[in-house]
Amino acid sequence: MQPILSLRGVSKTYATGHAALKDVSLEIARGEIFALLGPNGAGKTTLISIICGLVTPTAGTIAAGGHDIIRDYRAARSLIGLVPQELTTDAFETVRATVRLSRGLFGKAPAEAHVEKVLRDLSLWEKRDSRIMTLSGGMKRRVMIAKALSHEPQILFLDEPTAGVDVELRRDMWRVIRDLRDNGVTIILTTHYLEEAEEMADRIGVIRNGELILVERKEDLMRTLGRKELALQLAAPLAEIPAALARYPLALSPDGRRLVYTYTGTGDPTSISPFLQDVAAAGIAFTDLDTEQSSLEEIFVRLVRADA
Amino acid sequence: MNLHAIRAIYLFEMARMRRTLLQSIVSPVLSTSLYFVVFGSAIGGHMRQIGDVSYGAFIVPGLIMLSLLTQSIANASFAIYFPRFVGTIYEILSAPLSALEIVTGYVGAAATKSIILGLITLAVASVFVDLRIEHPVWMLAFLVLTAITFSLFGFVIGIWADSFEKLQMIPMLIVTPLTFLGGSFYSIDMLPPFWRAVSLFNPVVYLVSCFRWSFFGTSDVNVGLSVAMTLIFLLLCLGAVVWIFKTGYRMKT
Repeated sequence: MQPILSLRGVSKTYATGHAALKDVSLEIARGEIFALLGPNGAGKTTLISIICGLVTPTAGTIAAGGHDIIRDYRAARSLIGLVPQELTTDAFETVRATVRLSRGLFGKAPAEAHVEKVLRDLSLWEKRDSRIMTLSGGMKRRVMIAKALSHEPQILFLDEPTAGVDVELRRDMWRVIRDLRDNGVTIILTTHYLEEAEEMADRIGVIRNGELILVERKEDLMRTLGRKELALQLAAPLAEIPAALARYPLALSPDGRRLVYTYTGTGDPTSISPFLQDVAAAGIAFTDLDTEQSSLEEIFVRLVRADA
Repeated sequence: MNLHAIRAIYLFEMARMRRTLLQSIVSPVLSTSLYFVVFGSAIGGHMRQIGDVSYGAFIVPGLIMLSLLTQSIANASFAIYFPRFVGTIYEILSAPLSALEIVTGYVGAAATKSIILGLITLAVASVFVDLRIEHPVWMLAFLVLTAITFSLFGFVIGIWADSFEKLQMIPMLIVTPLTFLGGSFYSIDMLPPFWRAVSLFNPVVYLVSCFRWSFFGTSDVNVGLSVAMTLIFLLLCLGAVVWIFKTGYRMKT
């Protein structure tokens, strides 16, 4: 299937000489949730700004829904909704007026029913006639999302959608994002909360110093880079690790009751079974067993630190 | 053509005018009335007639032009500067809009506001002095042409300005002096020959002069020349707007 968004060799060098993006190529499939991770200043916002037409790329081509974003900007842009990172709102306007404006700007005929639906979905309906300046930060964030959804985009960019947002609102937003995805909207989000990427994303891309250093399915990423631990709660304490198990990377707790086997997800998924057989052969009985997988956060920290 | 967008920008901007009614209408009307009281009644009582027109009536076209120019520039420059300042311009730039559509929406709204204001000023003036309008259709045409031209000029200023000071600078340091020296309150024929010649380099002279012609049928300078000068200025502003959108000047990096 044709990708909904495709980038080829996109670079951006600012007038100051700062290379914000270096030869980024990427394809996004229709209906996926793609999370873009990277430290501050890595180029996430620049990348989004280029796709949305706010920044002119120095090199490369981008197509949205098959339309070149420069040559065929009308068709391309009308597919795209953007929720920028900064809370920039028409402070003196009412919620409904600003959402109506957004719909019009993207060439859609006025549709009060759709505006109402968007406002209700984001719990903004009660505030529809309030001036934006009177709203809390979290509510303003919802207004920004409502503006982007007002024109029924096929591709939605969320730049740090939940920065500075409380837990409840974050859960609300995740629900809205999932609903959108279920309706076939493609979602590209940048985030600092790895928990968010882990919870939501189908695929993850990592940007570091303007380079897209990795794009993988979330599960694959966690499997290849994830560290796993298998812990055995022993029936009787051990004084030391038996010689029969010396070939495994093991750690014994000081009280001798907990034996921890660390392995990477890269290997044969059945690699724990020979270990368990050897444990049994060594005559070690255990009362309980648990496994732990490293989180995306740990993987991410390792990735961006590596040779940085 | 993204007509929905033009409509949305236009209505959004007009709504802003309704909300700031006091600033948008009441204060310019008040200041114009003050001009009438001071120049028309207090000083004008001691002035001789200019041609066959009383001084009070003579200054009306100039005063309308004065508020038309300043309001067109102020409306349009603020309308585009404010979204740049607060950051909401991102939406305009990411929308499927051509430069023409953006400009039509903003300049159309700014010009509409200043035309409404010009007509209100005219109504206020007719309370103070007896007015006759010999060429009402031309009068309206000049009103519209001037409003559009200077709204475009305001739009260019609103893009160029990167601070509120700069936003005020051109209107204050250039436009206001030019208007005062542009024959709003006198006929340039009243000036010594040298200063009359200098005045002919002031574009506002042509605007005021042909606008006054539409009222009283007399003009300091040739009406055709006046219209031509206004159109040239309109084209210059259009050229600047085209260049701005082509290069992304002050809007894109």
